[in-house]
Amino acid sequence: MGKIVIDENACKGCELCVYACPLHLICISKRISSKGYYLAEFVDPDGKCTGCTLCAITCPDVAIEVYRKKKSGGKS
Amino acid sequence: MQIELEKIFERPRTLRPVTTHYCPGCGHGIVARLLAETIDELGIRERTVGIAPVGCSVLLYNYLDVDMYEAAHGRAPAVATGCKRVNPKLVVFSYQGDGDFASIGTAEAVHVAARGEKITTIFINNAVYGMTGGQMAPTTLEGQKTTTSPLGRNLDQTGYPIRMAELLTTLDGAAYIARVSVNNPKSIIQAKKAIRKAFETQIRGLGYSMVEILSQCPTAWHLSPIEATKWVEEKMKPYYPLGEFKTPEEG
Amino acid sequence: MEKRFMTGNEAIAEAAIQAGCKHFFGYPITPQSEIPEYMSKRLPEIGGVYLQAESEVAAINMLFGAAGAGGRVMTSSSSPGISLMQEGISYLAGAELPCVIVNIMRGGPGLGGIQPSQSDYFQATKGGGHGDYHLLVLAPHTVQEAVSLTMEAFYLADKYRNPVMVLGDGYLGQMMEPVKFEKATTHGELPTKEWILTGAKDRPPRVIKSLYLDPEALEKHNLRINRKIHEMIKSEVRVETYLVEDAEIVIAAFGTVARIAKTAIKALREKGVKVGLVRPITVFPFPYKTFEEITERVGKVLVVEMNLGQMLEDVRLGVCGKAEIRFYGRTGGMVPTYDEIAIEVEKFARERR
Repeated sequence: MGKIVIDENACKGCELCVYACPLHLICISKRISSKGYYLAEFVDPDGKCTGCTLCAITCPDVAIEVYRKKKSGGKS
Repeated sequence: MQIELEKIFERPRTLRPVTTHYCPGCGHGIVARLLAETIDELGIRERTVGIAPVGCSVLLYNYLDVDMYEAAHGRAPAVATGCKRVNPKLVVFSYQGDGDFASIGTAEAVHVAARGEKITTIFINNAVYGMTGGQMAPTTLEGQKTTTSPLGRNLDQTGYPIRMAELLTTLDGAAYIARVSVNNPKSIIQAKKAIRKAFETQIRGLGYSMVEILSQCPTAWHLSPIEATKWVEEKMKPYYPLGEFKTPEEG
Repeated sequence: MEKRFMTGNEAIAEAAIQAGCKHFFGYPITPQSEIPEYMSKRLPEIGGVYLQAESEVAAINMLFGAAGAGGRVMTSSSSPGISLMQEGISYLAGAELPCVIVNIMRGGPGLGGIQPSQSDYFQATKGGGHGDYHLLVLAPHTVQEAVSLTMEAFYLADKYRNPVMVLGDGYLGQMMEPVKFEKATTHGELPTKEWILTGAKDRPPRVIKSLYLDPEALEKHNLRINRKIHEMIKSEVRVETYLVEDAEIVIAAFGTVARIAKTAIKALREKGVKVGLVRPITVFPFPYKTFEEITERVGKVLVVEMNLGQMLEDVRLGVCGKAEIRFYGRTGGMVPTYDEIAIEVEKFARERR
């Protein structure tokens, strides 16, 4: 239904998105960015993300882009 | 069947694609985005002028794609006044921290509101002086430890934290005064509405508008970003209640 | 061009308006309040803006905003108010913003008094704010000259993109004299202001600032401002010499004191005393060369000021030991009479070297 893309240059590993996501689909990974931050990572194996944008809204560094299924105008 | 996805959230046009100097979790970054989104939605980027004075707020001129001044500490409302009086067609806003607006620039804050100057102030209240390393500010709460109140703010010695929104509400020139916060998504959405109303108040020429924004400062508070957002919730909001204190409709 | 009988303060205000000033930000303080008063009446008549700020600190920062938006702008105050403006003036110089600042000096320090004085000379010429900068400082000695120098000040401010100060005193501000308002024809073409803030339409955004956290960038910025200051020193010095051709002794004085000295010189000349006057009109850039040249043949210089010896130091730099220097000063608001000055000249003239 939806997904997010995290810009690993912008992410400062502040974790706010982790707590903002109502479905807990974001975690802090073990990977370290070039600036030394532990990067946030989107983990959604079952495709539960609804594209609600709460993570992106709370991100202080505008590191998250959100995608959602296009409304297909009546077509299933 | 490949589900076609469309992008529904991205960096606003007015927010430059650069990383900011703000610390991880800092509220300034969120407000900068809300400002950029508001400017885009109102379609005013090409006639907006911002004033960023001394403080964590100062480098906003690197992040917003609008004309900007960098002003002396506390004097942004005066600079904004001079600018607006020369060119009333501009949309002029000052972006100030609590040291700037509630301490050294208090006279400018009171008089820009008393004059009903048709400008907007975005006032970031993070209860400390952030840029200089976390000293006590006029908005520091009782018992709050800072680098200049190491044993916790003692009201007997330092007096009481100042509620700027309520203070300016008493001034007839103020047309829109609100206090919001950016410590969780719901508050951020409310904050955006207030920022938009403030700019609309200016554009409609109804008088002075100010939005006080409670903002987490993880570094100076020595808390993790998420703990800092909780501190805003549990400590700041009770002392600095959110709400719209003055709106043009009911005047 | 008919003459009008006006006080110095009002003449300065009218001169600013005639020079195209449309925005004035001020604050009441004796002995210059007639300038904001006059502006509050006249500016609305021509579609301008008079704004009384909450303090001189606010006023100078309003000037910053207004100049940055492209306005031809002025403020005025008197000594204590000018002290409050010093930080803002440093910012204006740092951000290279053109504006005119009028100081109608009064006795200091502290609250001091309200009578005329010249004791802000150091503050005006050596830079009262922080950082390497200078104001171009013009010191009129008659109401007519105050008019012409105020008009000149707006042109020079734009030419150098630097604040310019008109340095008067309470005497000059309050006295009335007939004046004419003639536009100077010597002003050359000024470049269009490509740096003002008008909203980033069809161009990249601009920033008006004085913050350069990178020291290399700040040094480069300082050197650029310094080049302008050296250009001022090279081509903006203004000085009047009066009866110095055959003088054996010269009075060095500026502003109101220079005017009084001229009367003393007339009286002394009638008694056969060969005395002349060197009157700096720009006290920055200071006319060092004039003092250098004159003291090739004149052995005595009497510096007279309404302070306790400030321009005295610049005269010493110009004279560079080639002549004997004496100082006579009244301060606190006391104005020297011409015969006081005459007595000092005669005393000095009698001294054997």
